[in-house]
Amino acid sequence: MNPLTFTLNQKLEQRIDLSPLTPDQLHGKTIEEIRLIHLEFGKLRIPTGQIFDITGNDSNDIVFSNCSSKSDFIGKNMQSGRISVYGDVGACLGFQMKNGEIFVHGNAGTFAASGMSAGLISINGNAGDFLGAAYFGDRKGMKGGTVIVSGNAGDRVGDQMRRGVILIEGDAGNYCASRMLAGTIGVLGNVGEHIGFSMRRGTVLLFKPPKLHPTINDCGSITLPFLKLLFKSFEPLPTKFAKIKKDRVRKYAGDIANDGKGEILLFND
Amino acid sequence: MKINGVEIDDTFAEAFGMRGTRVIITAQNLKWAYNAATAMTGFATSVIACGVEAGIEREISPDASPDGRPGVSILMFAMGSAVLMKQLETRLGQCVLTCPTAAAFSGIENVPDRINLGKNLRFFGDGFQISKKIDGKRFWRIPVMDGEFLTEETTGMVRAVGGGNFLILAESQHQALAACEAAIESMKKIPNVIMPFPGGVVRSGSKVGSKYKTLIASTNDAFCPTLKGITKSELSMEIESVMEIVIDGLTDSDIRLAMCSGIQAACRLGKENGIRRISAGNYGGKLGQFHFKLHEIMQGVKV
Repeated sequence: MNPLTFTLNQKLEQRIDLSPLTPDQLHGKTIEEIRLIHLEFGKLRIPTGQIFDITGNDSNDIVFSNCSSKSDFIGKNMQSGRISVYGDVGACLGFQMKNGEIFVHGNAGTFAASGMSAGLISINGNAGDFLGAAYFGDRKGMKGGTVIVSGNAGDRVGDQMRRGVILIEGDAGNYCASRMLAGTIGVLGNVGEHIGFSMRRGTVLLFKPPKLHPTINDCGSITLPFLKLLFKSFEPLPTKFAKIKKDRVRKYAGDIANDGKGEILLFND
Repeated sequence: MKINGVEIDDTFAEAFGMRGTRVIITAQNLKWAYNAATAMTGFATSVIACGVEAGIEREISPDASPDGRPGVSILMFAMGSAVLMKQLETRLGQCVLTCPTAAAFSGIENVPDRINLGKNLRFFGDGFQISKKIDGKRFWRIPVMDGEFLTEETTGMVRAVGGGNFLILAESQHQALAACEAAIESMKKIPNVIMPFPGGVVRSGSKVGSKYKTLIASTNDAFCPTLKGITKSELSMEIESVMEIVIDGLTDSDIRLAMCSGIQAACRLGKENGIRRISAGNYGGKLGQFHFKLHEIMQGVKV
């Protein structure tokens, strides 16, 4: 069995919606059938075969190669299997993803992992704004699963996030964990301004001192036993967080303008 | 049947179906894990008046424990699931929540029945409690004066077996106790079982019923050495003391293994140390679902 590989054969002029190309939707289909699947391309509907060269036969292991930052909704509603992307991806990577794995060897656009409820997304590059955040009109962002970003992430990481884990090895932008409802966000690098703005619950793990706004309150240093369990759960993941073993933090609680049950935990050696 | 000069009676131990659960208690060090665990398993010798039978199963090394700290595992048994759930919650709340540095985790995974561990205890946090779902399991972090009490939300409950037992009949009290101590020492190495009585040994074995109408159980006069002449005694003249070891286990094969190991250890002391007979307690075989026949268990066992 060879991975079912979609190689982009042209430079995209318009944005394209790749949501029909997930392992569970392509299961049991022949390459001929897959070529005829229609994709939303700008204001047109075009068959998949018009812009992709398709090889391979394992629909459980999909590869997009030579991918472009105009390709949106990769892995939308995906329920199983694996998608690997070589090149950049557009908006809404893994949108409402139910399970499975997505590996991106490039950068991701806005709203990656929005509405995701389980599975793993690993971005070996940078992520855009609204990573794991609620999409327009949605009340909840990411609802479960794990997201790993080896580069930097944009603004509003985890906006209205409900559950799950986002691990960023680089920096995160402004308003990280804004309006967060629950879940865990870890950032190894720097974070921008207004971290935890209007955060309700949830945990943010920081390794560099942030600039805090006035409604995030200092609770002092403390050893928290649950951190051992949390870092233990990161051990099998392909990330720098897997090697961290710390349980002593400076705890900041907030946003006290919105219940104040959230926590920003700073690991300072 | 004789092992090392010790007569093994052709009888059986009669045991009952129970509900069982396991909880792992960890703490800063073993001393404090034991402090929590001994409190939690205190006054839990017999379901007759304690509600549950509980005991410490074994120590858990830091690399095998959920949070990387040393701990102990506790087994707890009750006649029904409702009692078990209630006792588990009250004991956890009074004995582990209160114990400095202690944390509680599920000790049985992948079973359909889950019962509350910290699920309701979280309300002690008065709104400041925090839930964390890690690897599919929900944990509660309850702020307490020494930091945070960490507990898993639920633990597993299984159908288990309680009341496996055997009797050691000896020429003197101290010889009977020495044999019991040897048996307990060896049985402690068997996983999935506990011996719930003080030090694992019970000296007041009971029979069903009493001459007093209000009592459901009373002293097992057939095995009381002082009554040899005035009751239908099971004891010959040279027997001066009888002690019993009761075993609760997660499955009947666990109990079988523990009984074999304990009887073997007692027999190792042999007739020359005053150990004369091994017997077992039953109610004629009509009450309990499980019969542990001594001859079957000790078949081919040598010391």
